[in-house]
Amino acid sequence: MSTEKPSALISKYLRTQHLPHIWCPGCGHGILMRDVAKAIDNLKIDNDNVCLVSGIGCSSRIAGYMDFNTIHTTHGRAIAFATGIKLAKPEMTVIVVAGDGDISAIGGNHLIHAARRNIDLTVVVFNNDIYGMTGGQYSPTTPKGELGTTAPYGNIDRPFDISALAKGAGATYVARGTAYHAVQTIKMIQDGISHKGFALIDCISACPTYYGRKNKKGGAVEMMKWQQANGVSVEKAAGMTAEELAGKLVIGKLHQEMGVPEFTEEYQRIIDRFTVGG
Amino acid sequence: MITGKRVLLQGNEACVEGALMAGMRFFAGYPITPSTEIAEQAALRLPMVGGKFIQMEDEIAAMAAVIGASAAGLKSMTATSGPGFSLKQENIGYAALTEIPCVIVNVQRCGPSTGFPTQPSQGDVMQAKWGTHGDHPIIAIAPATVAETYTQIIRAFNLSEKYRVPVIYLMDEIVGHLREGITLLRKEDIDIIDRKTEVRGGKAFFVPEGELVPSMPPFGQGFRYNITGLMHNESGFPTNSAEIARRLITRLMRKIDDNLDDIIRFEERNLFDAETALVCYGGTTRSVVSAMESARDRGIKAGMFRPITIWPFPDKQIAEIAKKAKRIIVVEHNYGQILREVERAAAGQCEIKFLGKIDGTVILPDEVLETMLNF
Repeated sequence: MSTEKPSALISKYLRTQHLPHIWCPGCGHGILMRDVAKAIDNLKIDNDNVCLVSGIGCSSRIAGYMDFNTIHTTHGRAIAFATGIKLAKPEMTVIVVAGDGDISAIGGNHLIHAARRNIDLTVVVFNNDIYGMTGGQYSPTTPKGELGTTAPYGNIDRPFDISALAKGAGATYVARGTAYHAVQTIKMIQDGISHKGFALIDCISACPTYYGRKNKKGGAVEMMKWQQANGVSVEKAAGMTAEELAGKLVIGKLHQEMGVPEFTEEYQRIIDRFTVGG
Repeated sequence: MITGKRVLLQGNEACVEGALMAGMRFFAGYPITPSTEIAEQAALRLPMVGGKFIQMEDEIAAMAAVIGASAAGLKSMTATSGPGFSLKQENIGYAALTEIPCVIVNVQRCGPSTGFPTQPSQGDVMQAKWGTHGDHPIIAIAPATVAETYTQIIRAFNLSEKYRVPVIYLMDEIVGHLREGITLLRKEDIDIIDRKTEVRGGKAFFVPEGELVPSMPPFGQGFRYNITGLMHNESGFPTNSAEIARRLITRLMRKIDDNLDDIIRFEERNLFDAETALVCYGGTTRSVVSAMESARDRGIKAGMFRPITIWPFPDKQIAEIAKKAKRIIVVEHNYGQILREVERAAAGQCEIKFLGKIDGTVILPDEVLETMLNF
């Protein structure tokens, strides 16, 4: 372990006594964890007022490391736990961090229904296109034709676009970032937290250990370079054809709808009928 | 809160009224027969007292939301039936390991699978104990009347808060859909137990010498800590240490095992001279009581033992009965679940016979009497 003094950001937001983290060298998750910390720092939200909820998988281990009210729940159910927390304490900033399998396979039902309710949660997906914790099985976001330990002949599933899924289900803020595009991604997480309603930021991570190695994508550096080369801003993408956009990652705010009633506020209005001169 | 009044309530409604008295302020559920009236009543009543209700997208989510709300400080409950109880099991285990208080009502119906959704059964007794994977502590309580449904749900909450353990409220279709007149309690008539919330030893799961239950500071009140379903240390951080895991699970089990007298409740009738002891619980009780009275009229020395707390099982009490009585007849709406517990606890000290039903029909007093006469 390094004897170097941790940065102010690390000291403020990480439980340094539990470091180093378990993520592999080159994993995109460490960068994305910093993005979450930086977003909260920029928004000046007190640590005490942040609840971070995770499910099961590599990304979900973030709960142990970040110095908030943290809860590492069961596989796929982070959003459902978070819904209970948010309803109980609507004044808290409740953030869900989940992997692609966690949020869109086993937890898909909770994702679409939380989006439909427009409950004020911010879901940050650490999307690495693979089940990393269990050793590299294909996930709902693994592109067609790619290899996984359970797709030895190539994945024949059609992948989910998690952003499109969230938007279709009624999420009122949707954005896509990457581990490479840290500055933009921090801003998206910030905006997602500030947005009153259900927000999802689909953050493309990188798993050089399982996904990269199996699919000959090179190491961590090559995978970051791929994100750099293929990330296209929403603004730029607007002027591109479908053919030009094939295989690209459209980065930025993809959708925002203002003025949609938020679930916990709606519920409070019911309670108020009984307490405020109802 | 409507209190001190005489009201006609269904068992399912009484369950909600009692829960509100106990301090329930959060309910998450999913519609399922024959427990649906509990969700309906909770939806109606909770906002009146500033509480929250949510109908989740599925049974699993309802259980998860309940645990989340409890972690944030609200006394929380869900209600379900057979198939839904199966779906909730993983998260019940999570609550057991993370020691998050919650009450899970299971209005039992006839299974397995979809079975007879509207017919009575007591087929989930073993599932209440062992439904989730791994060794874990659990308390299960089975009320037999509407009045008892109302009062015992308060105990269910109290025990859950006191021991930080999920409590299964094991109702059945008979009790859930029965309507009876009951007297509502007043706040001053009941004892309410709340979880301890003060931070001790600087660690979330710190347990002082001689105690078994850690404090539980709610999320959002200034003490930041981690909760995980992994084996964890006193800080709530995951560990791979065999020693810490052994200590943790041992402590969790001892929360129950060392407090049996506090947790176990039962009813005894006519056992003082009983040669035949009938063992029943929940919805079978009325038929058994009626049969016992008929038997007494015919000169048969019959008595009844009814566990109200099903888990932990009243081993000691059964052993005492087995020592005195000539025979025990276990009556339950299943293929023989508590039967095995009784056999184990009786340890061969008396004869044991079983009367069960698995076809969704109710065990009748005459059938119980006949079993006694034909022993």
